[in-house]
Amino acid sequence: MSFVSVTNVWQRYGNRSILERVNVAVDEAEFISIVGASGCGKSTFLRMLLAEERPHKGDISIEGGETAVEPNRERGVVFQKYSVFPHLTVRENLIAAESFDKPFGRLRGTARKQAEQRADTMLERIGLNHVAQQYPASLSGGMQQRLAIGQAMTAKPRILLLDEPFGALDPGTRLQMHDFLLELRDETNMTVFMVTHDLDEAFKLGDRVLVFDKPRWDPQDPGLFGATITYDFDARNKGMPFQDILDQYPSLSLG
Amino acid sequence: MRLINHIPGRPAALLLAALPFIMIFVAYSIASDIRLTANPQDKLLPAPTTIVETAERLFTVPDKRSKEILLWNDTFASLARLLGGVTISAMLSLALGLAIGLLPYARSLFSGFIAVLSMVPPLALLPILFIVFGLGEVSKVVLIVIGITPFMTRDLAQRVMEIPKEQIVKAQTLGASSWVIALRVALPQILPRLISNVRLSLGSAWLFLIAAEAVASNVGLGYRIFLVRRYLAMDVILTYVIWITVLAFVIDWLLKSLSRRAFPWMEANL
Repeated sequence: MSFVSVTNVWQRYGNRSILERVNVAVDEAEFISIVGASGCGKSTFLRMLLAEERPHKGDISIEGGETAVEPNRERGVVFQKYSVFPHLTVRENLIAAESFDKPFGRLRGTARKQAEQRADTMLERIGLNHVAQQYPASLSGGMQQRLAIGQAMTAKPRILLLDEPFGALDPGTRLQMHDFLLELRDETNMTVFMVTHDLDEAFKLGDRVLVFDKPRWDPQDPGLFGATITYDFDARNKGMPFQDILDQYPSLSLG
Repeated sequence: MRLINHIPGRPAALLLAALPFIMIFVAYSIASDIRLTANPQDKLLPAPTTIVETAERLFTVPDKRSKEILLWNDTFASLARLLGGVTISAMLSLALGLAIGLLPYARSLFSGFIAVLSMVPPLALLPILFIVFGLGEVSKVVLIVIGITPFMTRDLAQRVMEIPKEQIVKAQTLGASSWVIALRVALPQILPRLISNVRLSLGSAWLFLIAAEAVASNVGLGYRIFLVRRYLAMDVILTYVIWITVLAFVIDWLLKSLSRRAFPWMEANL
């Protein structure tokens, strides 16, 4: 049984089909990049994984669970922007990740102390301890996204969803963020879905690259058919397939 | 250079800011002087010195019969009504605004109703309020509440809906309940807006207060103005008008500094 399984998912708004027959199975700790043209439904797909939208038909389950009806702590998310709370300091943003599921959204006493300590550790990890008491508005775009990722990770979600997380960053910062994300991933073994426009980024970071496109196209009625996953690339080993086939199937080796 | 690129220096800016006040004062003094030379008994435009004397008397000399300084009594009575009405409105609009902005059911229930309610001219309801609540304090406070709550509620609900969807979704992924989202995400972000709303509404609140006091009252700044109107006591009226303006200005300034101090994360957005 795969960790995340998407079975025969359809999505439509009114009578406009967005996605059709989407099937994909993802193992734990896989990094899935999702690419495709604008309007091909990749963000819709991510919103359904996030349970912000429910599929018209089909099931999305994490470890065999039911299709979720609303976002919950199983899913962490980082958007392109507005992912952190502007009225909380950097440190409070991290503590919020632990306290928001408590009554009144606050922690008290020792629980609070411990959360603060964990927040400080995370701040060090994401390199923001020097701005712990500042508000997000005074941070650069890259720092805000690092904070957003740190905040999402603090809640310890089962899957992490990234919606064009580095789309608004300049190229240099984007490369730094790639290194940051790869390091973080090596440490945590998190299952990640990332929507991106940048093919290089998709292949650099992802274990698999899913391409969304419309397999059928009606020129009279462009909304008739939806998009689906048209390619499912293995992006490990620099995108060259079967590099580790001997490890997987030792019987194939000549020796 | 284009006109839009001419920027006054600091002394020039201060002078320009003072200029309208000086001009009004000079124009008034001249007009008053012309009328008083024609008729020393003229009451319509008392000389500035007369106004200052009257003001001094009003602020310091107690009334002969009641032994109380009427201006201060009026001030406290009016401020109590004003602040009472504005506080109740602020609380009501905050609760309603949060509910309408966050809960689709509350939005369906209230938003149409409040849109219609805000179209009712509050002063037209004043007779009804006097009939229902009597001529005492309640009717005046209720008039202020009815007058400014719909507008504040609509604006706050709008602000809540303008909070990026991403933040609301993010809070949900952190496990926040609707209640926690209201308390920890939406409320802190609309509090600065509430304060600026109160600042905007204070103008109308004063209007409703003075109208209500003019119609039926026995103490209050508006009551006094309309009372002395019968004796054409322009010096008293002008003193009261200036005093009301000063009060309004101070309240506005206090709210502005409070907002700046309480919400450092807003930075330059205020």
